[in-house]
Amino acid sequence: MIGNYALELIQKDKRIDERKFDDFRKIEIKQGIIKNAEGSAQVKLGNTEVMVGVKMNAGNPFSDTPDEGTLMVGAELTPLASPDFESGPPGEDAVELARVVDRGLRESKCIDLKKLCIEEGEKVWCVFVDIHIINHQGNLLDAAALGAIAALLDAKIPKIEKDEIKRGDYEGPLPVNFKPVNVTVCKVGDKFLIDPALEEEGIIDTKLSISARDDDKICSLQKQGSKELDVKDLEKMIDMAMKKSKEIRKMLK
Amino acid sequence: MKKSDIKLISNGKRIDGRDLDELRPIEMKVDVIDRANGSAKVRFGDTEAICSVFGPRVLFPKYLQESETGILRCRYNMAPFSVDDRKSPAPDRRSVELSKVIRLCLQPALFLEDFPKVTIDVYIEVLQADGSTRVTGINAASVALADAGVPMKDLVTSCSVGKIDGKLIVDLCGKEDNYGEADMAVAMMPNRKKITLLQMDGILTKEEIMELMDLAVKSCEKIYEKQKKVLKEKYKRVSE
Repeated sequence: MIGNYALELIQKDKRIDERKFDDFRKIEIKQGIIKNAEGSAQVKLGNTEVMVGVKMNAGNPFSDTPDEGTLMVGAELTPLASPDFESGPPGEDAVELARVVDRGLRESKCIDLKKLCIEEGEKVWCVFVDIHIINHQGNLLDAAALGAIAALLDAKIPKIEKDEIKRGDYEGPLPVNFKPVNVTVCKVGDKFLIDPALEEEGIIDTKLSISARDDDKICSLQKQGSKELDVKDLEKMIDMAMKKSKEIRKMLK
Repeated sequence: MKKSDIKLISNGKRIDGRDLDELRPIEMKVDVIDRANGSAKVRFGDTEAICSVFGPRVLFPKYLQESETGILRCRYNMAPFSVDDRKSPAPDRRSVELSKVIRLCLQPALFLEDFPKVTIDVYIEVLQADGSTRVTGINAASVALADAGVPMKDLVTSCSVGKIDGKLIVDLCGKEDNYGEADMAVAMMPNRKKITLLQMDGILTKEEIMELMDLAVKSCEKIYEKQKKVLKEKYKRVSE
């Protein structure tokens, strides 16, 4: 099996696509690809491809935050992306993906939701970030999180005239304060690597997704995978993720 | 109420009078549901979760069976009356995610490969919520699995840690969870010092995360003793 081959290589400190353990595949970020969305981005990690669109609607605020806009992240593992994905409502993997990306954005305070208030208690901007997986070749979470922040950076607030949204006319860019970047560190035996290719994903013991902000603060952690993690591994994994997230952040505009 | 209106720490004590590293009063009961193979009820202050375990039992429909290994299925659910505003009984995205991470957090403790074609079903109901519901549910689930006689490498013990008003704390109550700066849920197999669940949201430095991890390990050890005690008491009761 190709998974066993990938595992053999990792034990010999090699990878199936000849990368180093702390290398990402080639990262490509394209913004502004969907005309009808307020913001959009396409991210490629090697052959993994995700598309993220931001739509904004005027809506009611939550009762406990009457002066704040709302942020919602959804994800769909579209059946076109992999033979393993099926149509239907989002399953647990899609829900987890969306919620981890959501936490990374929300907790980093990358968007000041107070600036999205139109009329306190009545009307605020609701920002919807929707993630579409186009091609699944491993490491969907990092690609999706990167796509989400890239799409937000591209987003513009629509104009409102007489209570009606003028699509296509904009008041100005959506203010973004921080650029959270998510890096998932994988553990295979006693080796650590990032950006697993699809072949490598099947043999990972456990992984930890770490989302970090421009000021080196960490805004979300999520352990995944079915095996346990040593307490002493934690620091090493965080260091590895922080180093990489700094490099990736430079690509975000 | 706005976030800034609430002072979570005054004179070094938390809103419910606890010290920073103090757990709420913990109650554990085992064998609380007759018809389950194993069950437990756990209370952390006002947070209460009940869990039952069915199995190992043959998995139907048959096409779901795995010929090489058994499977574990988990459901985490909050009762509609467990929170301030009624929660719709339909599964929401939060329970879907938590059911998944709880399954992956219990799985490393089990020998599923010894039970081909079989399922172990874990059902967690949160009856009353005041913060830290997932960790309370995990503590109950792990005791219930042991009560059902499922072979385990170790119990899984869980606790929440976090940061409020700039201070690192243990076992967050509802308000501390809502208005605090960060919360982190940790589950581990205490004897083996292995983490099986780690989730964090909020703003923390790496150093704070490492410090919180130490706090979590220490607190888990305390909870672990209680879990072992309640299981031992059950068998004492049976033998008398």
